[in-house]
Amino acid sequence: MEPLMAVTIGILFAAAIYMMLRRSIVKLVIGLMLLSNAANLLIFVTAGLTRGAPPLVPEGMTAPEGVVADPLPQALVLTAIVIAFGVLSFAVVLVRRAWEIVRADDLDKMKDTDT
Amino acid sequence: MPQIALPILIPLFAGAVSLVFWRSRGMQRFVAVAGTGSLLVTAFWLLATVNREGILVMHMGDWQAPFGISLVADLLGAIMVVLTGIIGFAVALYSLATTGRGHEKFGYFPLMHLLLAGVAGAFLTGDIFNLYVWFEVMLVASFALLILGSEKAQMEGAIKYVTLNLVSSVIFLVAVGLLYGMVGTLNMADIARRISTLENTGMIDVLAMMFMVAFGIKAAAFPLFFWLPASYHTPPVAVSALFAGLLTKVGVYALYRVFTLIFNQSPGYTHEILLWGAGLTMLSGVLGAAAQYEFRRILSFHIVSQIGYMILGLALFTPLAIIGGVFYIMHHIIVKTNLFLVSGIVRRLRGTYQLKQLGGLYRSHPWLAVLYLIPALSLAGMPPLSGFFAKFIVIRAGVEAEAWGVTFIALLVGLLTLYSMIKIWAEVFWKAPPEDGDVDPYPVVGQREMWLMTAPVVGLALCTVFIGLNAEPIYSLAEASANELLDPSRYIEAVLGEDAEVIP
Repeated sequence: MEPLMAVTIGILFAAAIYMMLRRSIVKLVIGLMLLSNAANLLIFVTAGLTRGAPPLVPEGMTAPEGVVADPLPQALVLTAIVIAFGVLSFAVVLVRRAWEIVRADDLDKMKDTDT
Repeated sequence: MPQIALPILIPLFAGAVSLVFWRSRGMQRFVAVAGTGSLLVTAFWLLATVNREGILVMHMGDWQAPFGISLVADLLGAIMVVLTGIIGFAVALYSLATTGRGHEKFGYFPLMHLLLAGVAGAFLTGDIFNLYVWFEVMLVASFALLILGSEKAQMEGAIKYVTLNLVSSVIFLVAVGLLYGMVGTLNMADIARRISTLENTGMIDVLAMMFMVAFGIKAAAFPLFFWLPASYHTPPVAVSALFAGLLTKVGVYALYRVFTLIFNQSPGYTHEILLWGAGLTMLSGVLGAAAQYEFRRILSFHIVSQIGYMILGLALFTPLAIIGGVFYIMHHIIVKTNLFLVSGIVRRLRGTYQLKQLGGLYRSHPWLAVLYLIPALSLAGMPPLSGFFAKFIVIRAGVEAEAWGVTFIALLVGLLTLYSMIKIWAEVFWKAPPEDGDVDPYPVVGQREMWLMTAPVVGLALCTVFIGLNAEPIYSLAEASANELLDPSRYIEAVLGEDAEVIP
């Protein structure tokens, strides 16, 4: 399962970078979304994938038995998803406002602050 | 030990209170001053305690390290929190006069508190994922502050700022994930302990580079600094001053923390890259500034070049160099914020930031000219101001380490900094006002407003002079903090306890 996930994450990263290299700011935001999802997926699989073994402590014992899934990456990915969601919604609103004010979708036309 | 948590809790609480008083302008303004003032006081309390008792640790929710999140205040962290308090208080006072009703109505003060909470949290956390969370708290607040007012330039600047900072966060997050996959812990002290037992050193170097790129973007190091001069001159001036003082320095702090505590195995590789990055950062920043004729843009490029000196201190990685780096951070935060505040006063008096349209301020406001010269000469490194000692220590460390190339760049950049500062002096204060005839009547500035704008500038200028004339105790503080940084076992012992064993 891990190799498949690795390839998926790689494709997501590649697609994200491709989208971010386009000139349109809408595609830029799509690229950012793909990028953060790729990162989230990567965190999720860092500790390896363990199927059907929730980290529960059986009654009367102090530690779970045998090989169990690592719960920490799941907590991390939950935090990361929430943060990415908040930041990306800001980015979407920003792009909309920028379009309303600048009236351009092309990053090449947004060079006023560069010179 | 409540001192550690208070610098984070106070701004969060102040932000919440200002949200409650959303409609009451007076109350928000009062909370802004009271909140940042008490932040400053607790920050000094924290520094005094850390200086007396050594590294302070607090385990949140009483989960013992490495299982819970620990807050750790070592000397570097405490110093940074004090600087946050100073800048926060100065900018809060200043924004009483410069932030218009429109900006205050859209939540300027709550966002400012949130930003300070994020910055203080980043300085005090001992957990690497928690560091990521504080970075995001700080970023979200800075995004919103940056576009307050929705002008065209702000939008264009914000798109670059947001994109590059998000990319940096993603790289940071990926690096944290891979690091967790390798060592199985997130506590920085525990990571530092376990990473030395790993055999796969190639992968450690890869991770080190990912952290370097992520924090390099935040710190605006070469070649990742382009977002900074594109955005820092666009928001209201109080916001610029806050960003200029604190945000990039959080990136520098993170570089210091990570590359002294965790990735100190192969300095021949990582610190060599940092060294060349530092040299090029100094050079490209100062050359960029030489071509500019807008007050805040010149200052923005100088942030980049000064970041180079701080990274140079880290990259040389000798005790003296680290002392110089820490000293430089202290000096730079105060001076840079002060210059931005002065630029705001000039703009308030004359209605523009363009050097070509300014002039004659020495004749009309001689005291303002003096207040400009103090931080400007300090930035360029003139004795007896703080910048002289900061540059002196870093360059001396460069000479002792026989890194001739970067030492030469550091000296040259000092000279070019002086050129830029004198250019502003000549254009804004010295030359006669331009006789275009179409200059609008100058804006009217009330007496009370003027006092509120001048008081923080005078305060920060006094800090610069104080550091310069009283460098000895500041130097010993930087020395103590450098000793802590170069001996990570003290940090590790403070967090995990002395008898903790390495369990691979």
